[in-house]
Formats: sequence, structure tokens, C-alpha cells
Amino acid sequence: MNEAFPPVARLAGAVKHYDRLAALDGVDIMLHRGELLALLGPNGAGKSTSISLLLGLVRPDAGCAELFGMDPQRIEARRRIGVMLQSANLPPTLRVGEMLRLTASYYPDPRPLAESAELAGIGDLLKRPYGKLSGGQQRRVQFALALCGRPELLFLDEPTVGMDIDARQKLWAAMRALIAEGCSVVLTTHYLEEAEALAQRVVVLGHGRVLSEGSVDELRAKVALTRIRCVSDLDAEAVAHWPQVASASSIDGRLQVATAAAEHVVRRLLDTDPALRELEVQRAGLAEAFTELTRAPTLQEAA
Amino acid sequence: MNAVTVPVAASTKAPGMSPRRALGAYVEEARSECLRYMRAPGFMLPILLFPGMFYLLFGVVMGKSEGADAARYLLASYSVFGVMSPGLFGFGVSLAIERDGGLLTLKRALPMPPGAYLLGKMLMAMTVAAVVVGVLLAMAAGLAHVALAPRQVALLLLTGVLGVLPFCALGMFVGTLFKGQAAPAMLQLIYLPMSFLSGLWFPLSMMPRVLQQIAPVWPSYHLDRLALAAVGMGQDAAWPHVLVLVGFAAVFLQLAARRLRRHG
Repeated sequence: MNEAFPPVARLAGAVKHYDRLAALDGVDIMLHRGELLALLGPNGAGKSTSISLLLGLVRPDAGCAELFGMDPQRIEARRRIGVMLQSANLPPTLRVGEMLRLTASYYPDPRPLAESAELAGIGDLLKRPYGKLSGGQQRRVQFALALCGRPELLFLDEPTVGMDIDARQKLWAAMRALIAEGCSVVLTTHYLEEAEALAQRVVVLGHGRVLSEGSVDELRAKVALTRIRCVSDLDAEAVAHWPQVASASSIDGRLQVATAAAEHVVRRLLDTDPALRELEVQRAGLAEAFTELTRAPTLQEAA
Repeated sequence: MNAVTVPVAASTKAPGMSPRRALGAYVEEARSECLRYMRAPGFMLPILLFPGMFYLLFGVVMGKSEGADAARYLLASYSVFGVMSPGLFGFGVSLAIERDGGLLTLKRALPMPPGAYLLGKMLMAMTVAAVVVGVLLAMAAGLAHVALAPRQVALLLLTGVLGVLPFCALGMFVGTLFKGQAAPAMLQLIYLPMSFLSGLWFPLSMMPRVLQQIAPVWPSYHLDRLALAAVGMGQDAAWPHVLVLVGFAAVFLQLAARRLRRHG
């Protein structure tokens, strides 16, 4: 079904060099309507360059970047997007309401000012000068500026940096509401739980290439390990030699086992040590999968 | 295939901008630009204080012994001196800082209509120039008792408001060469010597012959001639000076626009 719609944003074989360094080395990214795509990757992986190409701020050396099937530098394409960049020093003497009004004036059919403020949770800040706000409040204002034009596509570059947990949760809720309206989102983040909570699809970048693409579950499945933790007197060395156990270690009587067949190993653990306590079984999280993926490709002996 | 209905759904929001909304965006941009600088004392105070103080000292207090002609002459010179700084600093420094701080990048990513950013800054500089000339005019009339016809007042204001533009272009060019806090230092290096060398602080006739001869190189010299003519002290034709200033503005605007397009 999704394939019938033209993609909202697309990078195809995008290559970008800065001096002789390849920031992007043939990247394909496609984003569909109503979808939240998280771009993950360590610093220097090419996340910001990908976003800059899609925003038309820089031109690809090879390949192409498109918004709504158009050149991103065309204003008709940009009238359909909202942007929150990683760092933007906005004019400190302007009041929040004035900034919202200005940014909304760029769009053909913006949201009412009060609605934008409400969505971003800044209704009480409208009269305050931007420079007098805390870092987290400033980020929320920038979020309001991103959504005030009723965009069909939102670019959020590390949106929750500097926010406390409460503000972050509110922003997540706002993002979900926007997606429910049919808005698409490109999100870059350092917080994996953010991608885990929001993203339908995750693209992991490393060294200017796409390392992995898929749903959060698919990404997790790439590291098909489960961690078992318990308090037990069993010898970690011995457990490590059990079939289907990837690794085992013991610290202060706490045994930790990594395995691809948790049910099997748990049964054997309980059988072998009836005094076993505090059993915990946990699927490897996105964080583990991410670490595995972005590590040097030779170090995949764990799986 | 069911592809018939799909393109309709995909292009429901063909974003057309009504001419009225498009114009509104330009107005909002200019309004915000003016507001933010009028509210920044660190920007407004030096721009108003320096020409005002100089005029008070040299035009009003010390000019008493020289007669009303000195006060009239210095009204023109310090107006030019005062008009240069919103152009150079308002345009150049803010551009350099906004290139550095990411605001320009954000604006380029947003659907801001083309040119609105520069047009907004230009209008801001013109407004501030009018304020500076207005303050000096008030001091001249109130304190130094310079008698000016309404036509002369209007002409001097016009000279200031339009005369700021070549300095906007120069400031913009410097703002594209330097990022962040390097720009104000560089602009001071241009502003102060240029003012001195064009005879804005002391009449050119009091200066060494060489300096008198190279004075026509500076745009501020030509603006000063026009300002003097506005207050009734010019003797040469206005159009060569106007031409030089227009040419100067066009060249630097071109250079700056090219650099902005290439380097952002």
C-alpha cells in the first residue's frame, strides 16, 4: 500500500565528500507518508550530512536527494516541511510568540499560533524573550517552530537534547500526535530508547553507509541474544561450556549468561541449581544491537 | 490497478502561497528584524551614542566659537558617520554571527521567501539610520541653533536612509568573509579609518594634501558631499556622487551574494 504513494523524502546513491573525506558513501534512504524514521549512528556516521542533503543545504556529489519528488532547494518543497536543527541560536530579544508568528508566515496554511504552542507545551512562554529561557524551554520553542507550518514532513535533529524526562515524554506524545495526523518524521537521536519508543523504521549509519535498515524488532533480532541474570553458586566457567551458551560470567555470586536459546538454558539452570534466586531474563535491547552493528565488522564472534 | 485514486490523495495539499501571504512573510521578516535590534541595547546604544556624543562635543560645545556654520557642517559629517554604522555593523556583524550560530542555516532550510532575510536587514538598517539622523537633527536645532528649512531636513533624512545602503553592501561582504566575532573587529578597522580619511571628523581642508587626494576613493566621502549639499553647504553636482555610491553598492552586493551562494 505504502509503495503506491510517492516517497515523501528520498536519498538515492547519495555521495558527499568534504575535502577528500567521504561523509556519505552511497546512501539510500526512503521515507513514506505517516512514517517515523530514526537515523542512528555514532558521531561522524553521516546523519547530519544526510539531513543537510534532504534539506537542500548541501548538494550531493553524486546520486540524488528529493523531497516530495522535487529538488529540496525548491521553495514549493520546503513549504511542506518543518525543521528543528541540532543547534540554532535564535534571536534572544524576540519573544516566543513573535518568532512563532514569523515562522508561521512562511507557510501557506499554518496552524493557529495557540495550537502550535499547545502541541509543543509552550503556551505559558509566548510573552517571554527567547534569550531568557532555559535550554530545555528553548528546545521546545524550536519544536513549536518546526511544527507551526502544518508540515507534512518534520526533520528533528536531536530534538530532546537538554530536556528533562518530563519534557521529553511530552515531546514524544506530540510527535505521536503529529504522526497520527499523517505527518512523516525524520528523527536523529543519540537516545536509543527514543528510537525504540517512536520509530517504525530505523536506519543505522556508520562511516557514511547504511549498516542496517528495518523495524526496531528486526534490528534487535540482528543480535539474537538474550541475557539471563541470577544469583547462583554455579561455576561460570562450566556454564560457559554448556551447549547454546554464548558466554557466561560471574561477579560477586551474580551469574550472567548470554544465549540464543533462553528457554533451554533457563530450564537447565533451574534444574542444576535449585537454590537459584532473582532470575531475570532480558532480550538484548536496541542499545546492544546498535553497539554490535557499529562495531568494527570483524568483531562479530558473539553471535 | 488501483493507482487512479492514489495521485489525488498524495497531492491534496498542493501548497500555493497567496500573493497576500507571500507579501506578509516579507513584512513579518522585516518587522522581526527591526524589533530584535531595537530591543538590543548593546547594538543600539553605540550606534546612537558615538555620533551624538561627538556632535555634542565638537558641534555644539566647541562649535560655539566657530559660529553656526561649523555646527551645520558637522551635522552633515556626523550624520554620515552615524549612518555608516547601522549599515556596516547591523548588516555585517549580524550576518557573520548568524552564519556562525546556525540561524542562517535554519532560515535556508525553512521556506522563507527568497531575499526576505536580506531585505529585512536592509529595512532595519534604514530605520536605524533615520533614527540616528533624527537625533542629530534634533540636537542641531535644539542645542546648536542651526536653522534648517523643512526641505533641508527632509533631504538630509533621505540622504541618510538611502546612504546606508552602500554600507549595508560592504558590511554584508565582510560578513560573508568572517564568521562570528571576527567580523566586528574587522569592521571597526574599516569604519574608523574610513570615517577619518573621508573628512567626517575633521574637514578635509585641514588634512595633508595626499589624504585629500585619495579621499574620493571612500564611499563615505561621496555620501558626505551629498549630506553637505542637503544642508545647503555643497557646491558640486550631486549626480557623480550618487553614481559612485550606487556602483559601490552594486559591486559589493554582487560579491557578497556570490560568496553567500557558494559558501553559505
